[in-house]
Amino acid sequence: GEMLAAAALLLLLAAAGPGRAQRDALREELLLSPLPAGDMAATFQFRTRWDADLQRGAVSHYRLFPKALGRLVAALGVRELHLALTQGFWRTQAWGQPPLQAPAGAELWVWFQPTVTDVDKAWKELSNILSGIFCASLNFIDSTNTVTPTASFKPLGLANGTDHHLLRYAVLPREVVCTENLTPWKKLLPCGSKAGLAVLLKAERLFHSSYHSQAVHIRPICRDASCLAVSWELRQTLTVVFDTFTSGQGKKDWSLFRMFSRTLTDACPLASQSRVYVDISPKNKEKELLEVTPPPASVHEAIVQGDKKIYAVYDLLSPSLFNTSRSLNVQLKWKRPQDSSDLPTPVLHAQRYVSGYGLQTGEISTLIYNTHPYRAFPVILLETVPWYLRLYAHTLTIITKGKENKPSYIHYQPAQDRRRPHLLEMLIQLPANSVTKITIQFERALLKWTEYPPDPNHGFYVGSSVLSALVPSVIAMKDADVEQSPLFTSLFPSSDGSSYFVRLYTEPLLVNLPTPDFSMPYNVICLTCTVVAVCYGSFYNLLTRTFHVEEPSRGGLAKRLANIIRKFRGVPPL
Amino acid sequence: QLQLAVPVAVVFAPGSVPGDLPRPLPFRDVQEMEISVNLRAGVTSRHEMLYRSTTAREEAALGAATARETDAALHLLQDTSLGSLTVYVIPETSSLLPQGISTYVGKHRSALVRAGGGLAAFRARLQQLIQVMSFTASSIAAALSDRVPDSQLGPDARRHLKSSLGYEITFSLLNPDPKSHTVDWDIEEAVNRYVQPVLDKLSLVANFSVDSQILYYAVLGVTPRFDKESSSFLLSSHSLPHVINPVEARLGSSAASLYPVLNFLLYVPERSHSPLYIQDKDGAPVSTNAFHSPRWGGIMIYNVEAPASPQASLPLHVDVDMVRVMEVFLAQLRLLFGLSREELPPEFLVESPGNEGLADWELDHLLWAHTVENIATVSTTLTSLAQLLDKIGNIVIKDDVASEVYRAVASVQSAVAELATGHLHSAFQASKEAVTSSERAFFDPSLLHLLYFPDDQKFAIYIPLFLPMAVPILLSLAKIVREARQRKKDPTK
Repeated sequence: GEMLAAAALLLLLAAAGPGRAQRDALREELLLSPLPAGDMAATFQFRTRWDADLQRGAVSHYRLFPKALGRLVAALGVRELHLALTQGFWRTQAWGQPPLQAPAGAELWVWFQPTVTDVDKAWKELSNILSGIFCASLNFIDSTNTVTPTASFKPLGLANGTDHHLLRYAVLPREVVCTENLTPWKKLLPCGSKAGLAVLLKAERLFHSSYHSQAVHIRPICRDASCLAVSWELRQTLTVVFDTFTSGQGKKDWSLFRMFSRTLTDACPLASQSRVYVDISPKNKEKELLEVTPPPASVHEAIVQGDKKIYAVYDLLSPSLFNTSRSLNVQLKWKRPQDSSDLPTPVLHAQRYVSGYGLQTGEISTLIYNTHPYRAFPVILLETVPWYLRLYAHTLTIITKGKENKPSYIHYQPAQDRRRPHLLEMLIQLPANSVTKITIQFERALLKWTEYPPDPNHGFYVGSSVLSALVPSVIAMKDADVEQSPLFTSLFPSSDGSSYFVRLYTEPLLVNLPTPDFSMPYNVICLTCTVVAVCYGSFYNLLTRTFHVEEPSRGGLAKRLANIIRKFRGVPPL
Repeated sequence: QLQLAVPVAVVFAPGSVPGDLPRPLPFRDVQEMEISVNLRAGVTSRHEMLYRSTTAREEAALGAATARETDAALHLLQDTSLGSLTVYVIPETSSLLPQGISTYVGKHRSALVRAGGGLAAFRARLQQLIQVMSFTASSIAAALSDRVPDSQLGPDARRHLKSSLGYEITFSLLNPDPKSHTVDWDIEEAVNRYVQPVLDKLSLVANFSVDSQILYYAVLGVTPRFDKESSSFLLSSHSLPHVINPVEARLGSSAASLYPVLNFLLYVPERSHSPLYIQDKDGAPVSTNAFHSPRWGGIMIYNVEAPASPQASLPLHVDVDMVRVMEVFLAQLRLLFGLSREELPPEFLVESPGNEGLADWELDHLLWAHTVENIATVSTTLTSLAQLLDKIGNIVIKDDVASEVYRAVASVQSAVAELATGHLHSAFQASKEAVTSSERAFFDPSLLHLLYFPDDQKFAIYIPLFLPMAVPILLSLAKIVREARQRKKDPTK
């Protein structure tokens, strides 16, 4: 570890060159972790840190930090911005605690500076600009899906004062994430997808996966330990889960090439750190079952989310790595088939579903599991429900082990039709080894006919509910670990060594609303028109026809002509 | 009908008054000139001349040793309102101007003219000078380029930026090969020293914001050709149009504002393609190694000297010489604003604007053109709004939209009136307000024509009613026609 740090420092100095010291730095990391159920999770993180205050200074000169985002932060008074675009759902129960989960669809939460006077206007403008930058439908964020949580979302960066009126939170569960969102995200990276870890980000592989989540986090951080000046940090993260089991003919072996159809050839020349971590922690206390090739130069031990983890580390900036072969293709082989019967269950996980029948009423149920054998801990639950599901607050019941569980904090903001959604925040104590069931009943509203989206019979999405908790750790963590360990451990604050922060999202819900038959008006028009036209036709005939008794005809045209001639001559007709 | 009035004071120094002046000094005179734009519209330029003789203080100022000192001394005595000009006529024998130079244009709004050659020749010279310092027929035609037939426009007419309330200037350093070159540029210092003074001067015209970025792995769209003779790479002028497109995707448009962006790119060619030179049409290398794209910005190629020893370790550290770069970019900036000084006749001597980068009269030149362009834009916008209303009869005009339209019309009328009386500054302000109001009215979301049902679709909905009802009517019509024909065929019945 010491040696590596020294090497990284040397490289950093070399990159800065003989000129002035650079005020920004880029670190790129890739974490590959086999999941208990046989899938593979790959998590990329690109951290750009800029020792400058974005809020001040009229003229801005950007180097590694992307100009588009920098200008946005400066122009709209953003203090912290978190945007995640996700396709698929992280199955906590099977895959374990995610490093950084995001709800299905698009999620955006932003803290504004106290100097911003009209937060709603800035929020609207921000979501519109972001939707332009990321080609996402974020412009559909309006007052009907925006909430201001009071307890669930705290600033992750440097902040003095947490007046939650400066916070806005919105989820668009219907948003579909695809290539057009990935391309602008890649464009924000200093090296693009031309060098470094980002060469692996090939869209056709990334979207051929069980879960894909890309995120952008911008926050102010302390420049150094004394914290007298502010630096800005941009984290671009991308998590993808591959189903190696089905794609690898029943084997759980994998390699970089097999997953991404690319291998690594170099580090991004602008990065001061470029590493690949492979999670090789032994599961179930067994001896090492897996083998990684090429053999890693070093091994890093860390305690992540209450678990002791061992990582094989490949440093792309170390010159020895590409000495033997031109490219790095990390491979992992299982020595003998592992039985996946006993999956380790995570300490905290949750489930949510809609029940009830008919199109008038229904019930939302949330199940929260605490599998910790002896520790109870509190959890904050945030529910955002659209206004067209009218919640009955008096039906809210929270039941743990057959008894009613009274929340110690509750914040409920009822919805206003077409104006704002329901917001329900509760602090619930979860006893050790328990299941807590939260139910609330609702009534489905009848929308105006213009308010239905295209394909209304598909149903309406209700965004995921958010669980935030400080989960007690089984193993004590040391403070020093946090700065050293890879990836996300430094994003969330840790209160002390005995617990770690977890934020979980439940499944989004799909609810059917009473939907009218949209072709009916036209049918009615057609039918009435036909009836009217038929009546009109007969009346018209009756009014315009002249009726006369027809004489029995005698003879044809020749005879009539002869008669006319005879009439002229004064001779009686034939 | 637009009338542009330029107040000009012609001041005669003792001994320079032409013998054949029509009246004794001082007197006023008006010269009108028609600039035809297209068949229907034209612009009248009106020079309101005031002929007078010098005051004692002006005489003292004209006694200075050089033209530059005279210009500085005279500046303190002048009426400094925008758009007005002062021309000092000095005796033919004066040594203030160098040999062969008959006209000197100062840094501010004044000029010195050598007397002599009769009244008619003097008037022609005066006319030319006033056009240089205010506007020419071609600069007005360029400002109205949307309405002028193409045949009338010069090749440069579409180069100038459209008039706008603000501009964003972005300097980008493109480093396609960060493995071999680490390029540093002190853009902050360079902007403060070279660009900011010019923009401060231009702040009257529009708001400017400046920023810069460094883009890595950004390559040009064409592969340069290797030239064996000079062992360098060449970009021919006909391939330049294809250079910008792939770069543009990386530049990142300004998501946070609606102003047009001016891009200035400094391209450091990759090691395998350097040195890289731009060739002009005749095959000769361009001395500045730069080119500009009309209404978009400019690109300069900055070659890195190959290291003396081939074993020099990579990456090579490069510090960009910002003086050289900024010289080119500032020249391109002037070109994009239509302020080139190339078309002047040889007997004109123009004072360099110095640190400010822009003389006062050049600012006036820009303001004249932008005011005329703004007025044209407003009239176009309001006309298309009116056309939209004609097309959709049941469109709803909200009160605030209506008031914006009224405000735009009032502002544009006042701008026209101010132009006719020669108040350039207030005319420009009024035209700016008119543009803001008219755009706000035009882009109001309630005026989206897709919000309104077209009449043919309404008709389509009622087809089930109209069609069956039409059947008996049509049948009886056919019957009437048939009977009428029958009757014609057989009139005897």
